[in-house]
Amino acid sequence: MSDGTTVRPIPSDLLTLNIGPAHPATHGTLRLQVQLDGETIVNSGCEIGYLHRGFEKQCETVYYQFVIPYAERLNYMGPVHNSNAWCHACEQFLAVEPPPRAQALRVITSEMGRIIDHAVCIGTNLVDLGALTNFWYMYNYREKVYDLYEELCGARMMVNYPRIGGVSLDAPDGWLEKCVKIIDEMQEAVGEVRTLIERNRIFMDRTVGAGVVTRELALSHSITGPVARAAGVAYDVRKAHPYWGYDKYTFEVPTAEGGDTYDRTIVRFHEMYESCKIIKQAIASIPGGPVMVDDHLVALPEKDKVYNTMEGLINHFKLIMHGIQPPRGELYSATEGGNGELGYYIISDGGPKPWRVRIRPPCFANYSVFPKIIQGKMVSDAIAALGSINIIAGELDR
Amino acid sequence: MIERDIMAKVQARFGAKVLATYEFRGQCAVTVAPADLRAVLCWMRDDAEIATDWLMDVGGVDYLGYPDDDDRGWRYEVVYQLRSASHGHRFRVKAAVGEADPVVPSVWDLWAVANWMEREVWDLFGVRFSGHPNLRRIMCHDQFEGHALRKDYPINKRQKLSIPAENLLCEKVEWA
Repeated sequence: MSDGTTVRPIPSDLLTLNIGPAHPATHGTLRLQVQLDGETIVNSGCEIGYLHRGFEKQCETVYYQFVIPYAERLNYMGPVHNSNAWCHACEQFLAVEPPPRAQALRVITSEMGRIIDHAVCIGTNLVDLGALTNFWYMYNYREKVYDLYEELCGARMMVNYPRIGGVSLDAPDGWLEKCVKIIDEMQEAVGEVRTLIERNRIFMDRTVGAGVVTRELALSHSITGPVARAAGVAYDVRKAHPYWGYDKYTFEVPTAEGGDTYDRTIVRFHEMYESCKIIKQAIASIPGGPVMVDDHLVALPEKDKVYNTMEGLINHFKLIMHGIQPPRGELYSATEGGNGELGYYIISDGGPKPWRVRIRPPCFANYSVFPKIIQGKMVSDAIAALGSINIIAGELDR
Repeated sequence: MIERDIMAKVQARFGAKVLATYEFRGQCAVTVAPADLRAVLCWMRDDAEIATDWLMDVGGVDYLGYPDDDDRGWRYEVVYQLRSASHGHRFRVKAAVGEADPVVPSVWDLWAVANWMEREVWDLFGVRFSGHPNLRRIMCHDQFEGHALRKDYPINKRQKLSIPAENLLCEKVEWA
């Protein structure tokens, strides 16, 4: 333009941009590449595997009961559900039923896991959108749930609580009452935080219509969990294939029709509320009795027997050194994890180590739709949608 | 329908094409040759009583060295976990894949979710999917040699990448 006659054209090439794998908004190691025309996403693709740890290979090298702590590293936002589900799969394989009290304790711990999973998802998603207050509210209750876990079994996050055939420890005195008190507070807090954003103009402008997963997309991509329910697919493993006595409890499966970021957030809020309801019912109706199945092929004997009787010592030694040995066979076991159907497909050769463990992580199917739902949207919409789909790299990449 | 009835119905329809049947703890499965796989899956999806319209999972299995298993005529299996949304039942279909040329027809056009899941089976087992639009590794790096979940891949084997780490992010990702 120096001579005032020629105009240099503005470059119209598309800009290729990497988001992640280590980016605060990806909440894990996800890599997203987008091609931008201005701020609009023209093309997008994602690459996963940055957190691939060879989980399934590792499972083939250890005994069934030693997978329990490892399974909690799948969805590390609500860890205890993964190990509960692993024990459930092994019990189905062994045709062993844990005592009712252990089942109720699993429901309580798993639902608490779902609440903190959703709390972190909503909290961090709102931080990405610029709202920090909700995050502190949500994390406050996550802390309280961790305190409850700590009182129950000594660990806070990776609790290693369940065992094949039951749970490792009974609830200490007064723990259940304390649970009810905290769950009551939490239910109130969930409602309060929801009112902060449910009709909030700024929040709705950012999220309504952003990252829409239609019902058709949800079905063709086998999407489960809150993402599918926000798109109108009312599938919940707890209702469709009940386990741990979920059929005894009264709860709703919240759904929405829009399938956008707003609906996913609201569905999660309702699910937290329903989980509180389930926990209170489980505590109110918790039966007495043992928390471990009475089967010497599965359950470790009491310490008293190990130290004072020869049979107990031999039993303990056999279970630790030779492991639990299920029959030859194969089985697929599904439970409702924080993000949808968590499936374990186990093949046994009759030995103490699984021949093959295949994990069906809900995030894998949920994330495969992501590049499609952000095309034609802006980068900020993509960030909002990514947070609301709640991709946990631990179970995505295994 | 309970799974045993589904299995009987599939057997009645496909006869000798069903290579093996399987039942354990109330769960049933049929094994078919890769050439018949798509026909079986499509028929099961479209049959009004079976209607397994959801593909929940695709996984691989390597039976190399599986004990007391001499009459199995194939080394790999690709396992399709199906579910019927309308009836609520589940079923499992397995494709028997030989060691020499492990190829299975892709089902990504029937269920979009199979795209990524088949890539994972290819990555970790080395079973190829014919007709797949983008059969690249998904978990391991492109330079990875071998297939990690095969039974003859040692668990403690390590591999070094020849690309410097800072260049990795320059690689283009496949657009969706």
